[in-house]
Amino acid sequence: MSEITSRPIWGKLDPADQASAHLVCAEGHGIEAVVAAFAGRDGLLSRATVVHVAPVGAARPAGLGGAAYHRHPSRATALTAFRAHLARAKMGTQVHLAGSEAFLDEASAVAVACGIVGDGLTTELSGPATRRVQCVHCKGMMDEVAVTPFACSHCGINLTVRDHYSRRLGAFMGVCADAEAPGVLPAASRF
Amino acid sequence: MSATRYTVRVTEAEAVTPHVRRLRLEPADGAALPPASAGAHTVVTLEANGRTLRNSYSLTAPSLAGGAYEIAVLRSPTSRGGSRFVHERLREGDTLSVSAPVNLFPLHRLARHHVLVAGGIGITPIAAMAEELSRLGASYELHYAVRSEAAGAFCRDLEARHASRMRLYSSERQERLRVREIVPHQPLGSHLYVCGPQRMIDAVFADARAAGWPEANLHAERFEAPAGGDPFAVRLARSGKSTTVGEHESLLEAIERIGVEAPYLCRGGACGECICDVIEADGELDHRDHFLSPEERRAGDKIMICMSRLKGRELVLDL
Ligand code: FES
Repeated sequence: MSEITSRPIWGKLDPADQASAHLVCAEGHGIEAVVAAFAGRDGLLSRATVVHVAPVGAARPAGLGGAAYHRHPSRATALTAFRAHLARAKMGTQVHLAGSEAFLDEASAVAVACGIVGDGLTTELSGPATRRVQCVHCKGMMDEVAVTPFACSHCGINLTVRDHYSRRLGAFMGVCADAEAPGVLPAASRF
Repeated sequence: MSATRYTVRVTEAEAVTPHVRRLRLEPADGAALPPASAGAHTVVTLEANGRTLRNSYSLTAPSLAGGAYEIAVLRSPTSRGGSRFVHERLREGDTLSVSAPVNLFPLHRLARHHVLVAGGIGITPIAAMAEELSRLGASYELHYAVRSEAAGAFCRDLEARHASRMRLYSSERQERLRVREIVPHQPLGSHLYVCGPQRMIDAVFADARAAGWPEANLHAERFEAPAGGDPFAVRLARSGKSTTVGEHESLLEAIERIGVEAPYLCRGGACGECICDVIEADGELDHRDHFLSPEERRAGDKIMICMSRLKGRELVLDL
């Protein structure tokens, strides 16, 4: 079985001075990467809009200066808002995304589908490096999987976690790791 | 590049302006031509006055329909004879050989809106793009700057086809294309494509960057035909062959003439495919491409053989 070695590279948030506006979408602790990237750049923050997935009642994070801040309780509602902001935005706006791998996968797909690529988009991975995984054999879901390969906690098959995130299922796919030679597994690696 | 070549017959040759000749090229032997996408070019081999010239020409809008390629050739006073040959010698019924299309200037399929900008003969790929976008029902606008309406190729056809999506700027009527006024209000996710003189490309990009456009959304077709220069000797170290590069010949054409295959795609100094290591240069490298950085030029150990030359006696290449 061929192994997928190309993990998406998420990089660092990198707001450009010459951008006429900044549109940020962050999930949870991803907002800390946003605050760090914009630290000391009040001029840029005054032209920024921040869409944040955070629990209802959470305080506005410190360090966002004059940015317009919108909190949403779930990823789905935040991405709907993000789409609406994209639809209204003009060229010159730079887009920034920060959060978990699954969040970045979903949010960057929204941006790319809108024609935003390359230096028009910066991304940064933050938060614990674990994945929600579905076993493709028994369909069991597992949260916070930290290593690959691992044994499915539902059916016991050894699973390799693929790097492709299924938006439909909201999970990464786990496929049998030792189909050809049972018991022979590649070395375990952490995400 | 061991490119497949196709023999085509000139089935229509028409002066669309006093300086632009449109050629329709259909397969001479019944073999189908590969399909062309908007922005693609073909390399045409011209046997002009006993010399073999190979020039790149953008495929124009009618090529998208399949079955034939069309190109539009500007008569250039500085050309090495290729455009003069097309204008003065080539007749309907003559045959030529062309390469499979190569697209170094493709449309960005996911763009939310496309801004197309052409200057003069730069309209050839841009008009093909506009045609494709119109067929796809995509969002686009077309800006075309010409010296005068009489000198601009396809003005009337394009206006009929693209109507309110098109703006024509004629310098004869004192109309100036002001990119600074076009770029700021485009929806996020727009992509801009420009083809025209180098000065125009630089100016358009400068205005877009100043409005905060990222590089990834800016596309240009930069290539131009190689110009001639003083003859010089070239020696190919690996194949052990040498020759003299003639006044009207490019280094790449001279290398092909002595039977050595060198890689290329655009033949216009834009793609980087023909980069070659310089082993020795008795003289000064005359860089004429848009590919090498100023540092690479200064280092003096690389040359783009489709465009650049030597001012001096002999050049030794790793070929
Ligand atoms: S062939 Fe493209 S740069 Fe020379």
